[in-house]
Amino acid sequence: MRAFSYERAKSPREAAAAVAADPTARFIAGGTNLLDLMKLEIETPARLVDVNGLKLDEIAPTKDGGLRIGALVRNTDMAADKRVRKDYGVLSRALLAGASGQLRNKATTAGNLLQRTRCPYFYDTNMPCNKRTPGAGCSAIGGFTRTLAVLGASEACIATHPSDMAVALRLLDAKVETVTPDGTERSIPIADFHRLPGDTPQVETALARGELITAVTLPKPIGGTHAYRKVRDRASYAFALVSVASVIHKDGSGRIALGGVAHKPWRVEAAESALPRGARAISEGLLAGARTTSQNAFKLTLAERAIGAALAQARA
Amino acid sequence: MAILDDLQLSRREVMATGAAIGVATVPAAADAASGQPSIMKVSFTVNGQRQTLELDTRTTLLDALREHLKLTGSKKGCDHGQCGACTVIVDGRRINSCLSLAVMHEGDEVTTIEGLGSPEKLHPLQAAFVRHDGYQCGYCTPGQICSAKAVLDEIKAGVPSHVTADLTAKIQFSEDELRERMSGNICRCGAYSNIVAAVAEVAEGKA
Ligand SMILES: Cc1cc2nc3c(=O)[nH]c(=O)nc-3n(C[C@H](O)[C@H](O)[C@H](O)COP(=O)(O)OP(=O)(O)OC[C@H]3O[C@@H](n4cnc5c(N)ncnc54)[C@H](O)[C@@H]3O)c2cc1C
Ligand code: SF4
Ligand code: FES
Ligand code: FES
Repeated sequence: MRAFSYERAKSPREAAAAVAADPTARFIAGGTNLLDLMKLEIETPARLVDVNGLKLDEIAPTKDGGLRIGALVRNTDMAADKRVRKDYGVLSRALLAGASGQLRNKATTAGNLLQRTRCPYFYDTNMPCNKRTPGAGCSAIGGFTRTLAVLGASEACIATHPSDMAVALRLLDAKVETVTPDGTERSIPIADFHRLPGDTPQVETALARGELITAVTLPKPIGGTHAYRKVRDRASYAFALVSVASVIHKDGSGRIALGGVAHKPWRVEAAESALPRGARAISEGLLAGARTTSQNAFKLTLAERAIGAALAQARA
Repeated sequence: MAILDDLQLSRREVMATGAAIGVATVPAAADAASGQPSIMKVSFTVNGQRQTLELDTRTTLLDALREHLKLTGSKKGCDHGQCGACTVIVDGRRINSCLSLAVMHEGDEVTTIEGLGSPEKLHPLQAAFVRHDGYQCGYCTPGQICSAKAVLDEIKAGVPSHVTADLTAKIQFSEDELRERMSGNICRCGAYSNIVAAVAEVAEGKA
């Protein structure tokens, strides 16, 4: 790990300004992704700004009947919150399907959203990777692609976003609240928060340099049966091959979002009108334009079947 | 034993010398951009004892415990959050001490396996692990026991898990709940079934 100086942020605005002014500075929250990557020298900040003391760890109701979840709320606390469990079950379920008890005790709302890909070549510093070194080339294309993207990928990068929580947030139409270095506040719809790789896979979100996430807000509850089905290589403590977040209403209508298939949580609202006609029907629109390799084509079948299982669970 | 004592002594000397050089030559506000290590003071409580350390900011909580405080019960398996051997309890919650910086624990209360019980007075979980042979090589055991202690507290506090059938109902202990909640602790000897038996015995009050 490279040497770095460490300081505790005093206010969200000062933290944002400090990181914006110093290209070598980074925020640190739970540290479970950043420190992992710093040990491998994939991330090499020379200055860490600790945001844990900023009192962004509350969950509070919003004026319009939703919930505002602070950026520093631990994943365990979000999943265990009574209001989240009752009204946003898919979010609790997605969080509880991720990582381990120990990691969820440290992992934060913002850190989880900003965790980086688990592409094996991104982690292998001996191999070229456009995310680590823009322009270096992508080792995954033509390589080991079983876990990688089948939707929305580019010639520059076929990585997936590994977060489970983000898939549920996408389903629920959450918004990401931030404070920019000049002190202004922004609210970014989750659909626009994560980016597709295009030819700049190193740019992963809509955040500006130094922009600090302060909270995530959920609109008022939408009812329905909530589920998060995660298919992985072992029963627990593994990243998703494919995951399905779903809210299904009595009349068969609802929403579906997928994890493990793209550089961002994957949802196609226009395809959702086909949901009452079953898994095959919605999959046609949801998975349209997929590009697969012989190693990851199974993800399309798996996604359709996992959606089918979610529909059956909602009917039961 | 003599060899072990020598080893420990020499390692302690090396550590002490290393730290002294670090403190003497590096100014308080180290210029990290130039690659110089940055040294900071941090105080926290470990197993009830107040500790103050001067550490390179890069030092993880795990390395602070093992290398600086000589509490070698907590183990380093992977150093990347993947195995749970380094699990300790901080302010009542289990965490992977390998993925946490020591300087981020100012004022915290840390409990390690050494603080749960002693050879003379074992914690009920420690005694149950002995009774049920909840290990083979024992490397993962301190992490397993710290994790299990926190798991039982999490169930009492009503924290749900991936296998909890009804998110709105009261959480009950079961072996399925235990297996899911302990999935962050890998045992390469595969002592899992005896670990489950040991923890279940304590959870169900039979210990
Ligand atoms: C072994 C292992 C297994 C895992 N399995 C899963 C899994 O199955 N599913 C899953 O979803 N996740 C999984 N994870 C990832 C885990 O969820 C993330 O590491 C965690 O959510 C990151 O949160 P953090 O607070 O620790 O982030 P940090 O490591 O502190 O930060 C991550 C990034 O976010 C930035 N950041 C932090 N806070 C803010 C803020 N307020 N504003 C702006 N930027 C900020 C940091 O600068 C950094 O770039 C796993 C991790 C490990 C190590
Ligand atoms: S898929 Fe993306 S992250 Fe993986 S090697 Fe290619 S550029 Fe890097
Ligand atoms: S050493 Fe910390 S999880 Fe493996
Ligand atoms: S007892 Fe050997 S690793 Fe668990």
